[in-house]
Amino acid sequence: MTSQARQLADKAVVPTGRKNLIINGAMQVAQRDDEVTGQTETNGYKTVDRFQFWTYSGGTYTLSQDGTEAPQGFAHSHKVLNTSATTTVAGTGVTFRHRIEAQDLQHLDYNTSSAKPVTLSFWVRSDTTGTYAVRIYNPDSGRMVTKTYAISTADTWEKKNITFSGDTGGVINNDSGYAFEVAWWLAAGTDFTSGSASGSWEAYSSTKEASGHNVNLNSGGNWYITGVQLEVGSVATEFEHRSFGEELALCQRYYTKFDFPQTTPFFPSHRQTGNTVRSTVTTPVPMRTTPTINASGQPFLSYNWDNSSNFLVDDGTSLTVIGSSLDANRFTISNPDVTGVGSNIGSVYAYNGDLECDSEL
Amino acid sequence: MNEMNITSAQYVEEDGVNTSIKATMDGKVLSVPIEVGNRHYDEIMRQVEAGTLTIQEAE
Repeated sequence: MTSQARQLADKAVVPTGRKNLIINGAMQVAQRDDEVTGQTETNGYKTVDRFQFWTYSGGTYTLSQDGTEAPQGFAHSHKVLNTSATTTVAGTGVTFRHRIEAQDLQHLDYNTSSAKPVTLSFWVRSDTTGTYAVRIYNPDSGRMVTKTYAISTADTWEKKNITFSGDTGGVINNDSGYAFEVAWWLAAGTDFTSGSASGSWEAYSSTKEASGHNVNLNSGGNWYITGVQLEVGSVATEFEHRSFGEELALCQRYYTKFDFPQTTPFFPSHRQTGNTVRSTVTTPVPMRTTPTINASGQPFLSYNWDNSSNFLVDDGTSLTVIGSSLDANRFTISNPDVTGVGSNIGSVYAYNGDLECDSEL
Repeated sequence: MNEMNITSAQYVEEDGVNTSIKATMDGKVLSVPIEVGNRHYDEIMRQVEAGTLTIQEAE
């Protein structure tokens, strides 16, 4: 290799070590549900972990982790299916999104002259051909960048590579909030398309979010995605496959679901005061923040006072989160509704219920 | 961006101290910690500041 070629090679930004900034890009993990139906006017995490769905005035959707439709080398994809006739209005918006924690993006050197480019690659398939928008939004700087890709052949998997320049004028805070929100637009009204995006980082404008987007999923329209990778540099490299266990652990920093299908010992518990019982929940990995909790299932908990035959059954709907020790993987929940016959807790069981712990971005 | 649908929010107290917020968000009853950085808490406070949501006192 000539010295000039060597210099160029040395300058090239080549990802080393873990390169994919996206978690669950192969859509392997779906702790919440395999499928949800009837999604309209909704915003949040529905099926596959770490990816959220937002729709406003844009139809009714079934979202699913698809185990049969995937390109070679992948076992899963995420499917979006519009099940209703849709009339696009100005405010129509349908997006599939992924948020990345700010402290995991410090190596991009944003807000400096050395800001690095990133390349987004993914496999996509749809029965609706046309031009689709994808944008990255950085709430720390209030800046965004929008680009487009084309689906040229219906019902055929296509690999897309899109490079975004580094932002020399937009800071990424070193914290546990999100700094990148990658959004794939599936339908967009003029509220989101009337602006003209530059294709480079610029001040956020809702009218530029889906600039160039010209398709909408009509009734029966579908859109699949998998193999999502975001990496430093201007070249899309081969997808970084991670093991299911590794990917699950990465997801559990943001969401953990405990299933109690049978009568199962609950977490260590003690009587706090009066009718209040506290339990210490231990999660598989430390979570990003103290999580929001949701207990479902009827009934959910039973409390056995003094290990006697006196059980109190409670639906768990009054469980409240108290606080956490984020350097360790535990937090405290409290139930103020435990009225019993004794002064000490014997055993606590959960059955036929789920406990969801959510510290998503 | 793209707010959550919050239909109710009420503080929950223990020993006279507010410990969490019980909120119905997108049809689910959630216990939300009082902690900046939790996306549900941040959204509740954003809507409170916008004047579109009031957190009820603890019972």
